[in-house]
Amino acid sequence: MSGSALLSLDRLAVTLPGGVPVIHDATLHVEPGEIVGIAGESGSGKSLTAAALLNLLPAGSRVTGGATFAGEDLLGLDRAGWRRIRGAGISMVFQDPTAALHPMLPIGRQLTEHMRRHLGLSRSDARARAVELLDQVRIPDPQRTLRSYPHQFSGGMRQRVAIAIALACRPKLLIADEPTTALDVTVQAGILALLSRLRDETGLSVLFITHDLGVLSALTSRTYVFYAGRVMETGPTGALLSTPRHPYTAALLGARPHGAAGVGSLRPIPGSPVVPGQAPPGCPFAPRCDFATADCTSAPPEPAPIGTDRLSACPVAPELEVTP
Amino acid sequence: MTAPLLDIDELAVEYRSRARGAVRAVAGVSLSVAAGEIVGLVGESGCGKSSLARAAVGLTAPHAGTVRFDGRPVTPVRWAKRPAAEVGLQMVFQNPYASLNPRRRIGDQIADGLPAGLPREQVRGRVAELLDRVGMGADTAAKYPHQFSGGQRQRLAIARALAGEPSMIIADEPVTALDASSQAQVVNLLVRLVRELGMGMLFISHDLALVRQIADRTAVMYLGKVVEVAPTARLWSAPSHPYTRALIDAVPTIAARPELPAVLAGEVPDPANAPSGCRFRPRCPAAFESCVDEPALLPIGDRASVACWLTTNGATA
Repeated sequence: MSGSALLSLDRLAVTLPGGVPVIHDATLHVEPGEIVGIAGESGSGKSLTAAALLNLLPAGSRVTGGATFAGEDLLGLDRAGWRRIRGAGISMVFQDPTAALHPMLPIGRQLTEHMRRHLGLSRSDARARAVELLDQVRIPDPQRTLRSYPHQFSGGMRQRVAIAIALACRPKLLIADEPTTALDVTVQAGILALLSRLRDETGLSVLFITHDLGVLSALTSRTYVFYAGRVMETGPTGALLSTPRHPYTAALLGARPHGAAGVGSLRPIPGSPVVPGQAPPGCPFAPRCDFATADCTSAPPEPAPIGTDRLSACPVAPELEVTP
Repeated sequence: MTAPLLDIDELAVEYRSRARGAVRAVAGVSLSVAAGEIVGLVGESGCGKSSLARAAVGLTAPHAGTVRFDGRPVTPVRWAKRPAAEVGLQMVFQNPYASLNPRRRIGDQIADGLPAGLPREQVRGRVAELLDRVGMGADTAAKYPHQFSGGQRQRLAIARALAGEPSMIIADEPVTALDASSQAQVVNLLVRLVRELGMGMLFISHDLALVRQIADRTAVMYLGKVVEVAPTARLWSAPSHPYTRALIDAVPTIAARPELPAVLAGEVPDPANAPSGCRFRPRCPAAFESCVDEPALLPIGDRASVACWLTTNGATA
C-alpha cells in the first residue's frame, strides 16, 4: 500500500479471550483526508476492528499482524502511548449517543475535560474552544448548551455533541461506528453533511462503519466489505456498489429495499450469519452462496486484485449483475 | 366501498406531565386499513407514530376520537379478558428482546394466544403449525428466547401474534432492530401473511425505502398529524407535501455520482409547544402567508389526501 497512509492495517488478526477468533487477516488503509467505509452485518467484526484501533478490546484478547497510525506502531504502544493516541490521534463516535454521554454531567464539562488534559488548555480557553466546536457541529446557542444536560437534547443533537467531543482534541482519524443508525433520515442527512464538511475544511480522515449501503455511497470514497471477520471485497465505493465482484456484496445489495414501489418483497440472504468461532473451514460465506463450488470449502480465499484498485476474496464468482 | 377493517377517526392521544403540561402526541388522525391492504406509516421520531399504534391496538386510551376494528369500537386493554372480537387485532413490537419473556419456553408463550381450554395435544399441534408458518422448526417450542438471534426472535413474536388468528396486525418498527439479511426475511414473512391470509397491516417504520417497497398506501405523519396519504407509488413519484419531499430527499441512495442527501433545516418541535398554523411552517422551504392557518387534510383524487395550502389553496375545509 502507499507509504503515505494515515492508518494501515496489515493482516490484523484478533482473538478474544477464550480463543474465539473474530478478525482474520484484515488489511486496510485510510489516507489523510479520506472517508473510508466498512460494511457488514452484526458479527462481521467491523466494530471489533474499531475497538482494536483504540485498544478497547476485552482484556486478554490477542492481536497479531500490523497496525500503524501516522507512522507509529499501534501494537507496540504502552499505556502512556495509548493515552496519547486516544482522543488526540484517533477518536471515536458510537452508535448510541445517549449511552456515550454522561447523563449527570453538563455538556460543557464533558466537552472540556479531555481538552484540558490533552491540549493543556486553561479552563477559559477550553470553554472558548468548546463553544467553537458546538458552533462547528451547528448546535444553536452554544453558551447555553455548555450548561445543559444530555437529556435536554434530541437524539440527533446528542450525536452532534458526541461528534464535537470526539473532535475536541483535533484527531487525525475519526472512527464512526454506525453513528446514524439510530437516527431519522433527516437527522442522518445532517450528520453526513457535517462529516463531509469537516473532511473538506480540516482534512479529517473518517472510518465510517455502517450496514447502510446508501450511506456508504453518499459519503465514502472507498469501502471494505467485512463478513465473519474477513475482508470479502474492497474498492472505490461507486464501482463496488455498481459492479460488485463478491457474491456477499451482491447479496447485501439485493437484500436492501431498492425502491421499485409495489415489488412487495425483498431478497433475503439465505441462512444466517456465521457465529464467531464457528466459521466453516473454507470461505465463510460458502454455505449461503449461490456460486459456491467444492473448492470453496477447503481454505478461505485470499483477497485477489481485480483491475487496478479492487480486491475480491472470491475466485469463482463471475462478474455479478445487480439490478439496483 | 366496503367498510375498512381498521378505522381510526380523529384520534387524539395526550400525555400529561407536571413539567410540560398536556402533550398532544397524536392530534387528530384519521386513517383506515382494509383487509388485504398494507398501509405504511412514516415520520421522524417523536411524530406520534408509536402513540397512534398503541392507541389503535388498545394499549393506550385515546383522549378523543375513535378506533373501530371490524365495525366495533376498540376498548382499551385492562386487567380483564379482552372481548373475543378484539383478539383479531394484534401487534408486533420493535424490540424482540423485550417482547418475549426470557424465562418461559417459546411454546408456552405462543400457546398464551390460543383459546383457553384446548386439549394439550391440540395446543401442541397448533404451536407447531404456527412455528412452521414463520419458518421455525417444531423443536423451537421447548427452547428459550436467548437461544435465538434477533431476527429469529422477531419471527417467534410474529408466531405469537398469529396465535390469536388476527385479521389485522399493527407492526411498530418490526425490523428496525434487525440486520439487513434478517430484516428481509421478517418483512417478507409479514407481507406473505397479509397476502395469503388476507389480513390488513399497519406497518410503522422510519425506513422510507422499506415502506416504499411493501406498502400499498403510505401515510406521512408530522408532529401528531397526518400531512399526506397516498398510494405508495404516487407518494414517491409525486409527493405533494413539502415534508414528504424532504423525507424522500433525505434518503441516501446508491448512485453512480454520489451525492449527499439533502438536509432539512431545523428540528422537530416539542409537541407540547407545537407551532401555530401549519405545524411544518417553521421548517418549510415553501411557507407563505396562508400557512399561519392550519390546513386540513383534503382529498386530491385517487385515494390521496394532503394537508398543505400549496396544493389545496382556495379550497376550504
